Amino acid sequence: MTQVTPALGIDARRALAELLMSVADDEFVLGFWDSEWTGIAPMLEEDVATSSIAQDEIGHARALYELLAELTDDDADRIAFGREAGAFRHAALLNHARGDWAFSVARRYLYESADAVRLSALVRSSHAPLAALAAKMQREETYHRMHADAWLRRLADGSQVGRDRLAGSVKCLWPDAQQIFAPLAGEETLLRDGVLPEPMLALHARWQSEVTPVLESIVGELPAAPPTGDGRRRRTDDFMWLHTEFTAVAGSEVGATW
Amino acid sequence: MVNAPAIDAREECIWSELAQIPDPEIPAISLVDLGVIGDVRFEADRLTVELLPTFIGCPAIAVMQQQIIERLGLLGVADSIEVKVSFDPPWTSERITPTGRKRLRLSGFAPPVMAEIEGLDELAVLPVAECPFCGSRSTTLENPFGPTLCRAIYHCATCRQPFEQFKRV
Repeated sequence: MTQVTPALGIDARRALAELLMSVADDEFVLGFWDSEWTGIAPMLEEDVATSSIAQDEIGHARALYELLAELTDDDADRIAFGREAGAFRHAALLNHARGDWAFSVARRYLYESADAVRLSALVRSSHAPLAALAAKMQREETYHRMHADAWLRRLADGSQVGRDRLAGSVKCLWPDAQQIFAPLAGEETLLRDGVLPEPMLALHARWQSEVTPVLESIVGELPAAPPTGDGRRRRTDDFMWLHTEFTAVAGSEVGATW
Repeated sequence: MVNAPAIDAREECIWSELAQIPDPEIPAISLVDLGVIGDVRFEADRLTVELLPTFIGCPAIAVMQQQIIERLGLLGVADSIEVKVSFDPPWTSERITPTGRKRLRLSGFAPPVMAEIEGLDELAVLPVAECPFCGSRSTTLENPFGPTLCRAIYHCATCRQPFEQFKRV
């Protein structure tokens, strides 16, 4: 249970908690948005696919919340369902409601490509439990990326309506997608200890160099949009609504078990 | 070291019991043949079993933990049993035993493609799987996402049956 935590000082633990929470909250919130497609996706295969992907993401969040709970002597369910909306640390990309199918495809593509870059760093983390979990996540996320890539191409190469909707969604989400790489509180500590093997800004640059040519060939020129300090602290009415939804059951009888 | 043979015997007994516990989602295959048991370890009379989930979000993890504790508890060889979920090493489809692959096939699931047989890049999803009903390789991937996290859906052009493949991961 505690094989790693005692070695870390208070600052290191706080910084690690911030990192774990940022990744976990991204996966958790996106999982909830995607689960909204269950039953109403454009076709049966996508009902199954989006439900399965959403289940994966929430599973990843659960495993990360477990690591966080061990570190902070807390409870994973409480972290997931017992926090105020303002305590969440997901990137601004996940603040938007589900939107239409093209919007979800655009967000999926932006998220999966960024998450892949982030995971490629986390598998080298000096925090062994995180590195192991990231390696396992990476294998599952491969399927998500294939799905996102396939749908991006399908909409981009399809009808004008689909292409326009996709382009509009990419442009709308582009600035907020950068915030996946927003600087973390305590990032210097994470870098010093090798918990985070590369700075967020370096990961951001690598992600941009991968996705910008792909997206610009579909939507035209994209503006420069650097990550900002508040990129994981902004909240919207859409998220407030989702937060009320996903905490409703846990909140109806606090501490209940079954 | 004088206790070593006794400990070995206990571990052997645990492994053979685990080999009798069916996977909750595909009962034709046991937890051992599925490769989800990482390690079995005694510290004095406290037993720790390491469980390596096939998929991180697999909802059957809690069921497996409970079944392991119940079944091993009946053996009466340990004072306490802990089933610890671990991702180190990660479960991969290569962990399914040859018996497990055979059992999957017999119950209508195509086993995951083996990397060394196909010589593919790691994690490539194949458009083709071998039909568990007629053995044809004239099959197409309908959906890499199936009824559970670990299953993909294919269609066989030869016997015209839809079938599921245990996903390569």
